Amino acid sequence: MKISVSVGRAPSWWLLGPGLVWMGLLFVVPLCLMFVISFAGRGTYGGIVWSFSLTNYLDLLHPLYARILGQSILLAAGTTLLCLTMGFPLAYYIARAAPRRQGIWLLLVMIPFWTNFLVRTYAWMFILRTEGLLNTVLLKLGVISSPSELLYSNTAVMIGLVYGYLPFMVLPLYVALERVDRTLVEAAWDLYATRWTVFRRIILPLAKPGVAAGCLLVFIPSLGAFLTPDLLGGARSMMIGNLIQHEFLVARDWPLGAAISCLLMLCVVGMMRWSLRAAKPLVPPESES
Amino acid sequence: MKQSGGWLWRASVANLFFLYGPIAALMLFSFNASRLSATWQGWSLQWYRALWADQALQAAAVNSLWVATVSTVLALLLGVGLAVGLEGLPGRRQRQIEQALLLPLVIPEVMMGVSLLLFFVLVRMPLSLTTVIVGHALFNVPVVMVIVRARLRKLDPRLLEVAADLGASYWGALRYVTLPLLRPAILGAGLMAFTISLDDFIVTYFTAGPGATTLPLKVYSMIKSGLSPEINALSALFVIVSMGLIGFSLLLQRR
Repeated sequence: MKISVSVGRAPSWWLLGPGLVWMGLLFVVPLCLMFVISFAGRGTYGGIVWSFSLTNYLDLLHPLYARILGQSILLAAGTTLLCLTMGFPLAYYIARAAPRRQGIWLLLVMIPFWTNFLVRTYAWMFILRTEGLLNTVLLKLGVISSPSELLYSNTAVMIGLVYGYLPFMVLPLYVALERVDRTLVEAAWDLYATRWTVFRRIILPLAKPGVAAGCLLVFIPSLGAFLTPDLLGGARSMMIGNLIQHEFLVARDWPLGAAISCLLMLCVVGMMRWSLRAAKPLVPPESES
Repeated sequence: MKQSGGWLWRASVANLFFLYGPIAALMLFSFNASRLSATWQGWSLQWYRALWADQALQAAAVNSLWVATVSTVLALLLGVGLAVGLEGLPGRRQRQIEQALLLPLVIPEVMMGVSLLLFFVLVRMPLSLTTVIVGHALFNVPVVMVIVRARLRKLDPRLLEVAADLGASYWGALRYVTLPLLRPAILGAGLMAFTISLDDFIVTYFTAGPGATTLPLKVYSMIKSGLSPEINALSALFVIVSMGLIGFSLLLQRR
């Protein structure tokens, strides 16, 4: 045992090295560059002027930017909440199904996630636009007399985000709910607990790590979404991701774009720290491996 | 439990309907004869024929396949190296590095795209298909690592001890014991990485130079210039190819 470990340790850097250098150079270095540039200034023609100031961050306090930042947080939070309310019954149902059927249900939840995100977003454009499927069907059925504009709104953006990230909520919820000891629930029934009490006092506290992990996995990509608001949102449903893209590719104000990115990163890291602490029981103990 | 069973089942089926309905509708209407894409006017394959004849689309498909192939090979080399190499580190260090390497999978993709763009411009590397390949190989390395490590954990550590007892060197054991056992996982990871690369839009969008149009970029510009049933047809193809590749990948990972 000892021999194989000591034999194994020395050359492993030859295996790790290339990957670590690659990730360091292309992931860590660019993020650090972004941080540095967020303090730089913008040249007349869009270049970077190497100076130090907090102007870019102060600019973010401008009502125009503050509104987009606030709206992004609201949309992401709303998406997370919707995913939670929709995903919880599904995850609970899967966790209580016969073991063989659990696998099939989980696969069914994951399959849409593996189809192209662009295509999935386009599907909603196809359904929601004025000449789209929903309006056509409703007109034919006589529910409405004239088509209404459903696309290019915050509602459409939220539908798209929920659609995109629902599987991220269901999977960790399932993992947590599957571990809930059924005898606890039965004991509560025996003690004449109402359905609501069982849910609130037993299932929910035990599912908390799953809720935290699911919320993290939905909130982060929702907050940084670019494609969904770009395709489904209107002029007023811009989110942080669109703002970053706009500053980098359209306005060519890279330092400001970098500052917005750093702010987004700060939100992401903060959210991760919070929910990783809450989700700790979900991570299997290391002694297993 | 029985009393809430019916309600839970209905809610679950409604969820599935929500997840599958839009994709199914999209695919169905790719066979629609009508140009007005939401009114059904009979079956037709004309939109698929239109795709087949589209030269720009063919060029984009070739670009996509090239990017996916090269970036997958790169990601496999680096990712398998990381997965196997991490085993040789002490537990605590192993966990730290592994968690750090998972970060690219968690942060919003826009951040990765923009920071790569910034990096390429600052090191004066012109944007092209090469930069797209580098970007894809970046987010696919952690994907490969995760899948291969999941398989490594299930391997019997005694096999390596036996190999060492029989006088195998570290590289010998790796070559003749570990890698053959990991082969299904490596293939599965490769297929997964290949699919993710084919599907990727955001990192590609920020790192592609002029002329480096991949299929998702093409779909995006088609959507932006007005909806047409051809996009439905192309989307349907995307769905089928992704699902096929991923299904195959999962089968390999399960073995």
